Amino acid sequence: MIADPFIQWTWIFAHGHEMWTYTVQHLVLTIVPVVAGLAISLPIGILAQRHRRLYNPVIWAAGLLYATPSLALFLLLIPLTGLNLALVEIALTAYTLRILIRKIVTGVDAVPAEVVDAATGMGLTRRQILWRVQVPLAMPAIMAGVRVATVSTIGLVTVGAVIGRGGLGQFITDGLQILFTTEILLGAVLSVLLAVLAEAGLLALQRFITPWTRKALAGATG
Amino acid sequence: MTVMISLRDVSKQFPTSSGAAVNDLSLDINEAEICVLVGPSGCGKTTTMRMINRLIEPSSGSILVGGTDVMSQDPVVLRRGIGYVIQSVGLLPHRTVEQNIATVPSLIGWDESRIKTRVRELTALLDLDEEFLRRYPGELSGGQRQRVGVARALAADPPVMLMDEPFAAVDPIVRARLQDQFLEIQRRLKKTIVFVTHDIDEAIKLANRIAILNFGAKVEQYAPPEEILRAPASDFVSRFVGAERGLKRLALISVADVEIEAGPVVQKSATQEEARSVMRETERDWVVVLEGDKLLGWIDWRMMEGGRDVADADPREFAAIVTPGSSLRTALDIIVTSRTHIAVVVDNENRYQGIVTLDRLTAELRP
Repeated sequence: MIADPFIQWTWIFAHGHEMWTYTVQHLVLTIVPVVAGLAISLPIGILAQRHRRLYNPVIWAAGLLYATPSLALFLLLIPLTGLNLALVEIALTAYTLRILIRKIVTGVDAVPAEVVDAATGMGLTRRQILWRVQVPLAMPAIMAGVRVATVSTIGLVTVGAVIGRGGLGQFITDGLQILFTTEILLGAVLSVLLAVLAEAGLLALQRFITPWTRKALAGATG
Repeated sequence: MTVMISLRDVSKQFPTSSGAAVNDLSLDINEAEICVLVGPSGCGKTTTMRMINRLIEPSSGSILVGGTDVMSQDPVVLRRGIGYVIQSVGLLPHRTVEQNIATVPSLIGWDESRIKTRVRELTALLDLDEEFLRRYPGELSGGQRQRVGVARALAADPPVMLMDEPFAAVDPIVRARLQDQFLEIQRRLKKTIVFVTHDIDEAIKLANRIAILNFGAKVEQYAPPEEILRAPASDFVSRFVGAERGLKRLALISVADVEIEAGPVVQKSATQEEARSVMRETERDWVVVLEGDKLLGWIDWRMMEGGRDVADADPREFAAIVTPGSSLRTALDIIVTSRTHIAVVVDNENRYQGIVTLDRLTAELRP
């Protein structure tokens, strides 16, 4: 009996199409919950930053969601959504909330008080101060949250494939059923690669939208 | 003198503290003048200033700016019409210098070309490099940031400016330069300025009138700097003004303000006898030598030995020279370091005006 090679490269080359399809699926499955999470966290975070007594209950609730094991959360949601894509996306969105809300609150907290004071003194309205001063200045922290949320969502999407919703995890679940090492490894390596690339891409985006943080480092003295 | 800002029986009680931060304060601030609020920390000077643009709401009393009660106006509109500069500057770190300066003009809807012109004007006025306009505040030095802060406050040309320790965060050399520049700009623009500081020397240098505040923003004295130094109204004021009160006052008086003596003077054409008789009359062993009204220098007794006339001696240059615009403090410094204990006053065209003596200065110091 001839032993199978550990990695069958010919199999990999023959499945380029699936690699592409699963990567795109994986990306969509990741982007939707991160964007939805951000859209939900932003108002909640801003509210919790302004009204301090809301902060602890909000973080507690988001933490509870975060601590629920993913499969358990899926099972909890099945009666609401059925076993479909919405189920995965809602669960994944829930997982991003804790990190995003915390980062938004920290980010807005870190805006120097004198900047807000000067802005108020110049006659900016509260809304203008929020959108033109506080949110832009909180952007480095918010983007750090988005990076963590994205990377962890990419990992969770891989797990989500267990219920047959595609993404790179599909390689792993399919490979596990027939104990085919090549396919399992391909799924794992591609999802790690995707996480690394997403992290790098978001970092580049952050530097692009916060140009002042780059230049201030080289600030003049005296 | 028109009153621009009027505080009437203003009090501020913060909910968390026992005493009033500002207790029944009344103060009139003249148009086109710099009014400096000075006092120990916690005396309520910043609270007082911040009530003028309603960053803090007074608990009672009324504040009028340009005759209108600030409480009857929308705070946002009110603030856009009042320049505001704070110690930490508070430039928006994520906006370029140009965008920072343009903040209020764009809020009140100026068109782009007008804003651009205005920003260039202010850049020139504050002696900033146009190249800075594209930079972020984090790339500037402390002094440059302060100047951008002042430019930003002046942008929409508000009649009133509030400045809270605007020069406190920079080193003394930069601070002195910023103060001089600020006075120079104020001479041209004639804004009504409320300026808060804890530094009495800064107050003396900048103010048209100083309000010395005790705790609860109690006005101990409200007067021009010279008057505060000459006649402190209370022990608190004397202590706050501190030592060297006389010296500080000398800095405010210029040579042109006092009577100067004619001094021992001869023309270049004078004979030896004439020169010696001037020396005897004035009880000095030297004379000032003039040609017409131009100063040539001085000669002393020894230089005329051997029967030489004034024209034969080579007059020496005076080291101790002041101009009518010099302060008496400068004159004093020159007098105490000069051999003859006098300072010679000449105008910018080297025309002799007279001499300032130590006696004259001490007379000036007496109240």
